[in-house]
Parts: sequence; structure tokens; C-alpha cells
Amino acid sequence: MPKLTIDGREVEVEAGTTILQAAEVLGIEIPRFCYHERLAIAGNCRMCLVEVEKMPKPVASCAMPVGEGMVVKTTTPTVRKARQGVMEFLLINHPLDCPICDQGGECDLQDQAMAYGADRSRYHEHKRAVVDKDFGPLIKTFMTRCIQCTRCVRFITEVAGVPELGAVGRGEHMEITTYVGKAVSSELSGNLIDLCPVGALTNRPASYTYRAWELKKTESIDTMDALGSAIRIDARGNEVIRVLPRINDDINEEWLSDRSRFACDGLKRQRLDRCYVRRDGRLQPVSWTEALGAVAARLKGVAGSRVAAIAGDQTDCETLTAAKDLMASLGSANLDCRQDGAKLEAGVRASYLFNTTIAGIEQADAVLIVGSNPRKEAAVLNARLRKRWLAGGFKAALVGPQADLAFKHEWLGDSPAVLAEIAAGRHPFFGVLKGAPWPMIILGQGALAREDGAAVLGLARKLAEAAGVVKDGWNGFNVLHTAAARVGGLDLAFVPGQGGRDVAGIVDGAAKGEVEVVFLLGADEVDMKGLGNAFVVYLGSHGDAGAHRADVVLPGAAYTEKSATFVNTEGRVQRTQLAVFPPGEAKEDWKVLRALSDVLGKPLAYDTPRQLRDRMATLNRVFATLDAVSPATWGAFGAEGAVADKPFLPAIDNFYMTDPISRASKTMAECSGAFGPGCGCNHKKTGTHG
Amino acid sequence: MSFINRTTRAFLLWELVQGMALTLRYMFKPKVTLNYPYEKGPLSPRFRGEHALRRYASGEERCIACKLCEAICPAQAITIEAEPRDDGSRRARRYDLDMTKCIYCGLCQEACPVDAIVEGPNFEFATETRAELMYNKEKLLANGDRWEPELALRINADAPYR
Repeated sequence: MPKLTIDGREVEVEAGTTILQAAEVLGIEIPRFCYHERLAIAGNCRMCLVEVEKMPKPVASCAMPVGEGMVVKTTTPTVRKARQGVMEFLLINHPLDCPICDQGGECDLQDQAMAYGADRSRYHEHKRAVVDKDFGPLIKTFMTRCIQCTRCVRFITEVAGVPELGAVGRGEHMEITTYVGKAVSSELSGNLIDLCPVGALTNRPASYTYRAWELKKTESIDTMDALGSAIRIDARGNEVIRVLPRINDDINEEWLSDRSRFACDGLKRQRLDRCYVRRDGRLQPVSWTEALGAVAARLKGVAGSRVAAIAGDQTDCETLTAAKDLMASLGSANLDCRQDGAKLEAGVRASYLFNTTIAGIEQADAVLIVGSNPRKEAAVLNARLRKRWLAGGFKAALVGPQADLAFKHEWLGDSPAVLAEIAAGRHPFFGVLKGAPWPMIILGQGALAREDGAAVLGLARKLAEAAGVVKDGWNGFNVLHTAAARVGGLDLAFVPGQGGRDVAGIVDGAAKGEVEVVFLLGADEVDMKGLGNAFVVYLGSHGDAGAHRADVVLPGAAYTEKSATFVNTEGRVQRTQLAVFPPGEAKEDWKVLRALSDVLGKPLAYDTPRQLRDRMATLNRVFATLDAVSPATWGAFGAEGAVADKPFLPAIDNFYMTDPISRASKTMAECSGAFGPGCGCNHKKTGTHG
Repeated sequence: MSFINRTTRAFLLWELVQGMALTLRYMFKPKVTLNYPYEKGPLSPRFRGEHALRRYASGEERCIACKLCEAICPAQAITIEAEPRDDGSRRARRYDLDMTKCIYCGLCQEACPVDAIVEGPNFEFATETRAELMYNKEKLLANGDRWEPELALRINADAPYR
């Protein structure tokens, strides 16, 4: 481990560390534009120049590895002058349009210019102007502002694995461009906006509507997919302007998928802001008292077995708990949180978790993906798989619909028979899994949300046990969820009780008239036509399929409007924070159920969030600790039996529209138009998509 | 001596004579009072009166909705909402100025990078209702149109000292 001196302070760092990183260990900040911790080193902005003794010229600290006995100075007049020179060159061609630039106020160049810029320009010639490029509906370009740091090129090539950007020309004529003039189609493209140190790439949907300093920042959790990425919600007044990722190395590092980032305009559209009751075939606005009264009146005298509840994909655990207790007080066992019909069981926790954990992927050395396309279902997780693949020595194979996963993998076929073959040890990939010290299986919802899902699950368990995927200190069996609410629902056992009906049973019962009242808790992916004449109570935030079918609509809060608990696909319990208030008369969902229980004369035993969370913790101990993953115990799950010959289908048809919020979003609609529904996977709908 | 002096002066009404002499002197001096509102005093080019939003010579509004004036306003009298106009340029959808909050400090015109918001020479904008003092963008632009010749003169006059 080399020891070096920076600004008179000694530090010992690992060999191969750069001077800039070593300085960061000491808390000395060296200005930089092109260097980024999670990208390859380019060394082209020259802002990080430092002086090293016995070296004739200042050196770029981001690209210079430390050496034994190095003496580095970062504050000498030479260094300052060098940086001022670099800054002057950068500003030569940078337009003076900070007042209309969306990056203004949070711009690296602006900040550094305050430190190293001159107060006037010595450059009187014409500035360079560059034609703006079309980066698609999410990113607005102002290429004249570009300082050619190439962070965007490196991100899209390395992290996203979609080499669509590049630099053409040299010197002053260098331009960043899409190679063939097409939009950037990566699911992680929004991160380019964060990476861009200047305002060359900005947020197109929110362009010109905000300034960085007027936004109220709330740290929260994303619920648009099952990863529970750490996000920051930026709001002005009662309007969510943008969503940005927060650094969380356990989940999303510092990336965020485009749906999580840009669907926030859906929070303003199609909102349910008051109660409705269907009268003479039309939904008519009513007060809370009337709406709850209408539900109570319909429930009067109805047997518990004729009442049912289905939870949606973004229902929080507080609501699930209240709904479960309410259904219990009504005497109903008909509840289900798996509206896509996935054959997961609530019993063994390891059977429905991503046991390896997302950070654990980096330890794995072989993966078998079954019935999933992680790039569409969990784009950030796919970036982690790609990162692992880039590190080398990683074998990946896919059983399921063919997909471009942005990392090299072997496609073994899309039939469950292939899985059966691997499980029986007759397939060469069985040897790969068996031979790998840290093997992984990722089971997607495409493999589970089918009639023989339980058999597929059983088969996967058999394979995991036979190939040594689950062993002491390593659990390589993973279920990749697509819905933020699913793991929480399974943890709370929001599944049919003794003699209860599951989603298919509820729909079937409703069609036959055996189920009279159906509660939809933000569930829009259920076959609404199949609900027959049942009395449907919809509690949710958006006027989607469920609200259209409903007889009573109760307005709820979206994930940005409440402090609510979600469990991500790893089993990590996390809590969102209230960033804005629910619109109109809408209320937090669990409070609505609490009020309904009062009207029904069977009050729930909690009045405050605290009491409710205590109740959650008694239902399942995992809710007692936030932000932690505890290893789940292995057990018997799945079913024996033959799997059908039907090929696996993709779990997500259209990456940009998977839930009521993204379906209401104008930006997401534009993306679906620009990048095509399904973005490459043009399979038939599975029937669970509204 | 002082006693005699004082008594004589008291009996001769000396202070009164002094006062009347002063009055008499001022009767022949030029008058300083103005017959307001028919006459008005001189104003510095830096006088900070009623606000106006200026336009370019082409008629294009100057304001680019950068919100620097909103950010710097110590009285928080300015509210701006920005949006991209149909031609893609950044413009203010709303520019509201609460004249009852404004303390006429002039920081808004100092912050403005395009000389759009200025405090003009007009100080006679008293209104009969409070609501009339809630200026919007139309009112401010109309002010600008009305005062532009004078505003341009004032800015030119002050330019050498900046």
C-alpha cells in the first residue's frame, strides 16, 4: 500500500488508487468535470490538475495512480493558475445563457467558475455553435453548452450497455451525437441528465418550468418497480416537478430507471380527488359520508364469504394491513395481493425474495434467468448484472422470451421444458451452475404468472437444491418481482385464507354472482369485465380501469403523498415520505379503510400510523426494522407436477406503462410512441394488463 | 447690563422684528414650493418607482423567466411561473408583483440579466383598491410600453457609473 503526502498530510491507500481518490479520503476536494466514481476514467477535462513534486508539469489527478512517497500539492499558485487556464478555455465556447439554462443553480461549471473563473472574458471572437441533437422525448439537448467531458458516452456504453452515443470530430469541432441520429432508447437514459455537469442534457418534460433553488426536496422510495430505489422527490408548491435518484449502494447505486424518473407527471393527471358513487349507471360526485355510507349499506347482510379484496401493484403495507384486518372482521378469507396471478406462496419467505440481494449480484459468477427480462422489469438491477458481467468470469443464460439484456448471455429457449431439463441435470448449463461457487437463479413473473406457475416454482426449487444454488452462507435463489406491493403483501400474508378465493377465484365468483362485493385496492390489472354484477369499491389514486368499473370510488394517495411502508424484492422494508399533499379530498388509503370500519360498526384497533405499524410488526417481525435485509430461511415450496408446454411470456409488455401512474403520464405515452410498445418484445398481451 | 438689554429687547418686541425681517427677506427670494401635481421636482435616473417590464426594439418581451428577481426579492413580492413558449424559448407564463409587499429596494432590477424588470420614474400609482396593486405581467408590460422612452434614457444616463 503506497503512502503519499497530499497538502502536507500523509495518507496510505491501496495501489492503483488515483491521486484524486486519495485526496477524497483526506477530505480534500479536487475540482473535476469528466471524472465520475462509477464510470471509466477519461482524463479529458483537465480541471483536476495538481502539482506533484519531481514532475515537470501539473498532472491530471483523476488519471494518475498514486506512487510510494509522492508529494502532492493541490493549493499552490501554480495549480490555481493551471485550473484558471483550463476554466478560461472551457468558458471560451460555453454560452452565457445561465439565466435560461435549467441546470442554472445546480451546475458544476457554474460553481467551478465562481472559484476559478475570471470576472471577464478575454475572448472576443465568435463562439462555437453546435446543432442540437434529438435524444428522444426525455432528454433535451443544448449541444452548444457541452464541454465534451464524455460522461454521457461512457455511461451509455458502460453502465447502460447501449452504445448509442459517441463523439465525432476533433478539437473544437468535437460533438457528442447519437451515431445514427436516433433517439437514446436505454431504460436508464434519464441518468444522463444527472451526469451531465453542464446544461447540455436536461430534463425535457420539466424543461423551463423550475429553478433548482425553488424546489422542496423530500427523500423517499420509488414504487414504480419492485426494487424500491432511493429517490428524491423535488416539488414546488403541491406539484411534483421531478424525481431524482439518491445514492444507495445496496439497491440502485446512483441510477434510476426512466419510468421511475419521468412518470411523475402522471401524478397530476387522471387523479381521483373526490368520492364517487354510481347512480343510474353514472359515477356521481358525493361526500365522504355518503360514499362510505353507500359501501356500508351494500355490505349490510352480505355474508363474509361473498366479500373479496384484491390489492394492486403499488398498495402500501399499511393499507394491506388495514384491509386484511377489515376483511377478517367481515369474516372474509377472499383476499389476494397477486393480481397478475403469480403462483407464489406466503409461507416460506425465501420462496418469494431476491435472496442474493442486489448488491450480492456482484459476488455471483453464474446466473440462470427464467421467464424474466430484467432490463424491462428492473432496469437498475439489470445494470448491476451488466456491471458483474463486465468484471469478467460471469456466465449468464436465459430461459424465456428472447431479449436484449445488454450483457452477453446464452439463450436456451423459451419453453419450460428447458428448465425441466436443466433441473434434471440433463442440460449443459446445469454443469455451469453446479460448477460455479456462487450461482444464481432469477425467476421472473413471466414464469410464475401462469397456470403451472406453482410447478415452475417447484422445479426452480428442485434445480436450486440440486445445483447447489442454495448453500451455507449463500442463497442464489431469486424471485424478481415487478410490483412494489407484492413482497409486502406476501409478508403480511395478504393471500386467500382458509377456503378463500384467489384473484382468479374472485373474478370467477363475481361473474357467477357468488362474490357480491369486491374491494379493489388500487388494483387495475384485474379483468374488469369478468367482475360481472359485483359491487366494486375502488380505493386508489388514479382514474384507471378499476375506477371506471367501480360502483363506489374512494380517492387515495399516491406514493409521493404519504408516509408508507413498502418491501422491495430483496425483502428490505423501506418507507416513503410525504412530499406533497393528496389532491382534493383524497386521503391516505389506510385512513379511508379505518373510517369505513367505523361506519361498518367494526372499528379497527388502531388510530395512528404508529399503532398501525406496531400491528404490522406483530403480523410479521420483518416490519420492525427498516432498511435492512435479513436472510430468509429455506423451506419447501412450489408444487410437484408437470409443466405445460406453453412458452414463457414476458411479464411486462410496455416498459413505459405498467401501472396507473405511468399510464396517466404524458411523458410515458410519448416514450411508448417513440420507442414502441414493449421496446423490442412484441409478444401478445398476457391478459393481466388492463 | 444684561438686565437692561433683555428688558429693552422685550419691550421693543425684538424677536418679533427679527422674525418679521426673515419673512420679509424670503418674500423677495425665489420660491421653493412646487405646485404639485402641476409642477414636479427633478428625479435622479436611479429613482426607484413603479415597476415595468421592458421589451426589445423588435417588440419581443425581454423577460426570460430566469426567476433571479424572484429569488433575490427580500419581500418575496414577485411570483413567476415559467414555461416553454410555442417557439421553444423560455418565457414567463405568469409574472405577478405584489406592490403592497414591495419595499422598492431595487434588487430585482440589479439581478435582472436582461434589463427586463426595472423600477421606473413613476411614483404616482396610488389606487383606490388594494386589488389594483397586485400587478400581473400584462400590467407590467403595459407600464413598460408606456414608459419605455424615459426608461431607456435613465438607463443610458446611469450607464457611465456602472
